[in-house]
Amino acid sequence: MAVDTPVDSFDDLRDLYQEVILDRGRKPRYGQRLEAFDATAKGDNPMCGDRVQVWVKYAEDGRIAATGFDARGCAISIASADLMAETVQGRDKSDTRALFAAFREMARTGVCPHCEAGLADPMQKLAPLSGVHDYPSRVKCATLPWHALIAALDGTKEASSE
Amino acid sequence: MSKPATFDVARIRQDFPILTQTVRGKPLVFLDSAASAQKPRVVIDAMRNAMETQYANIHRGLHWMSERTTEAYEAVRDAIAVLMNASDRHEIVLTQSVTGSLNLMAHSYGRGVLQPGQAVVISGMEHHSNIVPWQMLRDERGIELRVAPITDAGELDLAGFEALFADGKVGLVSITHMSNVLGSVTPAERIVQIAHAHGAKVLFDGSQAVVHRRIDVQALGCDFYAWTGHKLYGPTGIGVLWGRRELLERMPPFLGGGDMISSVSYEKSTWAEVPHKFEAGTPPILEGIGLKAAIDYVQSIGYDAIAEHERALVDRALAKLSAIEGVTIIGRAQDRGGVVSFTLDKAHAHDVATLLDRQGIAVRAGHHCAEPLMRRLNLDSTARASFGIYTTLEEIDVLADALTRVREFFK
Repeated sequence: MAVDTPVDSFDDLRDLYQEVILDRGRKPRYGQRLEAFDATAKGDNPMCGDRVQVWVKYAEDGRIAATGFDARGCAISIASADLMAETVQGRDKSDTRALFAAFREMARTGVCPHCEAGLADPMQKLAPLSGVHDYPSRVKCATLPWHALIAALDGTKEASSE
Repeated sequence: MSKPATFDVARIRQDFPILTQTVRGKPLVFLDSAASAQKPRVVIDAMRNAMETQYANIHRGLHWMSERTTEAYEAVRDAIAVLMNASDRHEIVLTQSVTGSLNLMAHSYGRGVLQPGQAVVISGMEHHSNIVPWQMLRDERGIELRVAPITDAGELDLAGFEALFADGKVGLVSITHMSNVLGSVTPAERIVQIAHAHGAKVLFDGSQAVVHRRIDVQALGCDFYAWTGHKLYGPTGIGVLWGRRELLERMPPFLGGGDMISSVSYEKSTWAEVPHKFEAGTPPILEGIGLKAAIDYVQSIGYDAIAEHERALVDRALAKLSAIEGVTIIGRAQDRGGVVSFTLDKAHAHDVATLLDRQGIAVRAGHHCAEPLMRRLNLDSTARASFGIYTTLEEIDVLADALTRVREFFK
C-alpha cells in the first residue's frame, strides 16, 4: 500500500483538498474579528455543527473595505471563508451578491459559470473550492461563510446554510 | 448457542451482497454500521419473496393472501419475544423506528401515567431521540427532565445517577443501554436496582446494544426496552417497544386509527388489546417480514460468536488507532460495544471522513445526534468507526493506514 512507500504523493486525496485549501484552512489570513465594523452576522449549519461569524467594514462609498471571520469547522469551511474575505474586498453589495451566486453555482456543479465574463478574476481565486461539487454533503461547508456574509450585508443577524 | 468455532467472517461476508461493491475505485470498507447496518441476502429475499408471492394487507383479510401475509408478519413478534426473552408475545409493540417507540413512551406513558411534578431521568450520553420527546413532555406537562452525569471516561456516574432519586420524584428512567458515540455499555442491572428501589420504572434505548449482545429483559429486570430493526441487519421502517404487559395495559393509546380499535362509533371507541392498541394503521408489513429474517440470521450465528468477534475488532481498533500520532480515542469505558469515536489533532472530523471516503472507507463524522454529549466532552464533532458482524480485522488495519495518511496529508 502507498503508506509504505517513502514518498506519498497523496494524488488520490488532492482533488478536493488542493494545497491552497490546506494552507488557508490551517492558517487563514482573515480569521479574526474586526475591531471596528459596520455589520456582522452568524452562520450555522445545524446538520454538522459548523459555525461562522463574519464582520464587515464598509468604505465611504459603500464598498467592502475589510472582512474578518471566526469559524469553527472543517478545512473546507475555513478556507472558503478566507478566500471569500479576500475576494470581496473592494466590492459593493450587488457585486458581492453576484459573486456569491456564481460561487454557489460552481460549488454545486463544479463549473464556473462566469469565469469567461466579468467575474473571471475573483472566480479564478475561488476555483480551488469547485471540487466540493463531487461531495454533496460538503457543499454547505463551502457556502456557509457566504450565507453569513450576505446576511451581514442584508442587516440580518443569522444565516443558515439550509 | 456458543459457536465461535464456526464464526467465519469470510463466509458471513458472502451473505451481504453489497460488500462486493467498490467505492471511488477502492473496495468498500464499511465502518458505519452503528448508523445503519447492511442487509444480508436472506432479508432482501424474504421481503422480495413476500412481494412476489403472497403480499396483501394483514389482519381481517378473509382471503388466502392476507392470511399468509398476516402469519408471516406476526411471526416477527414471536421472533422478537424469543430474541429478548420476553415471556409474552403480547408485550412486543411494533413501531416505525426506535424514535417511534420512544415517542410512544413519552406520549402514552408520559402523558397517561406520569403526573405533573414527577421527573424523568435520562443520561448525559443520549441520542437526540431520547432527549427531545422528554423535553416536549416537560414543556407540555410540567414533568421535570433530569440528566444523570457521565464520567470523563464516558461511563455513567452511578453516584450522580442515584442522587437524582433523593427527593422521590422520579417516575421513569429512560436511558441508553449503549452509547452510539462512545460505545459505552451502561450498567443495566444496577440502573434497574437503583430505579426500582426508588419506585421508578426503567426504559432502555437498546438500539445499539441489541446489535452487540443478547438482551434478556427478564434478567435485566427492566420495564420497557426499545430498539430499531435497521441496525440489526433488518430493514428501515420498523422499531420495537417491549413493555411489561400490566404497564402497557395501563397506558392510553398514542396514535388513533385502524387496527388499534375494538369498536368504533361516533359516540365512543374502545381499544384493542395490547399490543394492537398501540399499532394504529397498516403496519410495516414487509419490514416485519424482513426483520424476522434478520433475527433468524443473527440467531443462527449466535450472540456469543458475535460478541467475541466484536471484542477482537474493538481491541484491534483501540490498539491501532491509539498508536497513530495525533489520534485521540473518545470514550474509554471498560464495558463497550463495536463503536469507536476519535479525533485527529490536525484535521476536523468532516475532513477526516471525506479523506477516508476517498480511500473507500465509510465512517461517520459530526455530532452523531448527541449534541449535549459533545458539549460535555468539549468537542464539536468526532469521527466514528462502527463495526458489524461482517467487519474484518484487515479492515481495521486499512482504516489505521488510511488515517495515518490523512494525518500526514494535513501535517
